[in-house]
Amino acid sequence: MDLSPSGLSLPSTSRRSVLRGVGGAALLAGAGIPLLSACGSSSSGSDSKTVSVGSNDSDAVPKKAYAAVYDAFKKQSGITVDVNTKDHNTFQEQINSYLQGTPDDVFKWFAGYRMQFFAKKGLASPIDDVWDKIGGNFPDAMKKLSKGEDGKYYFVPMTTYPWAIFYRKSVFQAKGYQVPTTWDELVALCKKMKKDGLVPIAFGDKDAWPAMGTFDQINFRLNGYDFHVELMAGKAAWTDAKVKAVFDHWAELLPYHQDGFMGRTWQDAAQTLVSKKAGMYLLGTFVAQQFTNKADLDDLDFFAFPEINSAHGQDTVEAPTDGFMVSKAPKNKAGMLKLMEYLGTPGAEELYLKGDPSVVAASNKASTASYSPLQKKAFEMISNAKSLTQFMDRDSRPDFTSTVMQPSLQKFLQNPKGVDSLLASIERQKKTIFAS
Amino acid sequence: MSADITTTSPETAPQPSPGPAPVDKRVPRGHKRLLTRRDRVTLAFMAGVPTVLHVALVWVTAIASIFLAFTSWDGIGFDSIKWVGLDNFKQLFSDNPQFWPAVEHNIIWFVVLILIPTPMGLFLAVQLDKKIRFSRVYQTAYFLPVVVSLAVTGFVWQLVYNPDTGLINSLIGANKPGHYIDWIGDPHLNLWAVLVAASWRHTGYMMILYLAGLKGVDPSLREASSLDGANEWQTFKNVIFPTLRPTNTVVLVVTIIEALRAFDLVFVFNKGAQGTELLSILITNNIIGESSRIGYGSAIAVVLLVISLAVIIPYLIATFRKERRA
Repeated sequence: MDLSPSGLSLPSTSRRSVLRGVGGAALLAGAGIPLLSACGSSSSGSDSKTVSVGSNDSDAVPKKAYAAVYDAFKKQSGITVDVNTKDHNTFQEQINSYLQGTPDDVFKWFAGYRMQFFAKKGLASPIDDVWDKIGGNFPDAMKKLSKGEDGKYYFVPMTTYPWAIFYRKSVFQAKGYQVPTTWDELVALCKKMKKDGLVPIAFGDKDAWPAMGTFDQINFRLNGYDFHVELMAGKAAWTDAKVKAVFDHWAELLPYHQDGFMGRTWQDAAQTLVSKKAGMYLLGTFVAQQFTNKADLDDLDFFAFPEINSAHGQDTVEAPTDGFMVSKAPKNKAGMLKLMEYLGTPGAEELYLKGDPSVVAASNKASTASYSPLQKKAFEMISNAKSLTQFMDRDSRPDFTSTVMQPSLQKFLQNPKGVDSLLASIERQKKTIFAS
Repeated sequence: MSADITTTSPETAPQPSPGPAPVDKRVPRGHKRLLTRRDRVTLAFMAGVPTVLHVALVWVTAIASIFLAFTSWDGIGFDSIKWVGLDNFKQLFSDNPQFWPAVEHNIIWFVVLILIPTPMGLFLAVQLDKKIRFSRVYQTAYFLPVVVSLAVTGFVWQLVYNPDTGLINSLIGANKPGHYIDWIGDPHLNLWAVLVAASWRHTGYMMILYLAGLKGVDPSLREASSLDGANEWQTFKNVIFPTLRPTNTVVLVVTIIEALRAFDLVFVFNKGAQGTELLSILITNNIIGESSRIGYGSAIAVVLLVISLAVIIPYLIATFRKERRA
């Protein structure tokens, strides 16, 4: 720090700041220029004995579990898998330039619209020949999830997990609560819990995405799967009375949500369920990660979001699915095909789940023998679903959900009364984004 | 402008020297060059490499981002760049519910920094300048927040403000249903909560700047004013503060820059959610990530650039004018 107060140092300070300002704007723009940010992959991939895989499994558990799968693949086929792991968030932020640069042969990605987006942009290869062989391993809902808009297959699903309402069996038993199956029962249960001094529904929306889960549940229960898809694809209008009805239902439930949710992460919200201060919590099965005590975990159970409209019942399950895609020009085509086929077998999924029991297999042929009761229930829920959704930010354009929906839903949560103008604003912004 | 300089500054006075410069008189001209070939290559590298880097990383990208502000582009392939004219700006000014709050918050950021931590920093500097005991210890303590990265600052303050387990709510018992203070989530509170953290840091920064300024005050001025019977406040107000004028200019510029580039603290705190939107965060949210809106984000960046230039250009003009006079 040698900023002297004399006039001499003034020009230098300000010149630096001018550069900083200009450079900052420039760098931000540069982030999108593939030339600058293309993140090269290290893999050689050119020899026929190696397939390269770009992975976002930077956490220790999935990384190790996948390593076991690749080892088994090598033993079976003699082909080495060269994994190029990147930090989860970085991978997602760079996916654009990564796929345009020199991507790995195969890369880890999400099912649904986000997969279709890259398929449409020509950044992924169709793999119908793989599906000719593995098709029998998956239920119809998973097949639907793996197709691009052109009807070709682009994705091999590996793991999935449902969203549902979680609760403690012991709490329900002690207070004599029944699992609600209709909206009215749910509201009545919330009222009862509040009277009993419990927080009816634990909630934390600091990360801005958990609220999307609540919207999704009310929306497809009320308006059905098809409307969910239309709305997420930008086809249905947000000013539609059907959407308004979703927010009306949500507003009815909002007083039973935990106070101060805007400043709370989902992990902290989950702690109120762990400590039995909250009665219910709407989240994905990953909530179980917060139950570090074995006895608490055994006490955890969940039920599907109650029915609102009898025309749709509980036929839709929100089940984000992770799996693999093939980049636009894989270097080792034969090896890639073998790897994708292998990943689509129940055996590969069973092997993976041995190392990572927090999710369930996407294939309905995989053995459920080693599943925990929670996993078994999750697996049944997904297998029996008529339709599977992926979550708002996976079923819609991510630029729309992150720049428009996240702040808009937070605005609604702050002020549930101004819905009409909010929906008009969402619709206006949606039109310009989907038009681009 | 350059004509002005040549007429007023003595070094470059326009008397056309009749002969070569004194150095050249001793060196016979024509045969021997001042620089060897190697010197010239070295010089070319020393000047060339930074110039190329500067032009490529600063000017090309800045101009590219201004160009992109008038387009729609998802960052996939250059052929998907579409010219949309002023559409991005129109949407930004009329349809984006976060834009005007962001501008407002950047302005509030500046006003708060100039009204609270700046006088605080000046006050601390004046106290430390009295050469009290342990002055170095205090100095270090107040300056410490400046040394820590703002991202880390944000993380620490987030722990303090956490509504369920944070220090404040635990102490005052505001983490129970019924009387709950959501420092991070409540849009009427969170900006002020972040500003406390920003001020906490800015005070130390300002203190160091003023301390340096005070060291430059001629001690005889103090002596003279005390001989004239002025008390401490009068001395400060009439003698010391006026001599700090150059420092005040630096402080003003630094504070404007701090307000415009405010980012990291809020990004860590709550990612610029309801109540803490900032221009820099809107830019990032639109540009970084999959299927990004690079054109739209660039339009916000251009707005930020225009605001920065509007502040910096008058300042540069004023500075150059002063230099010319000197």
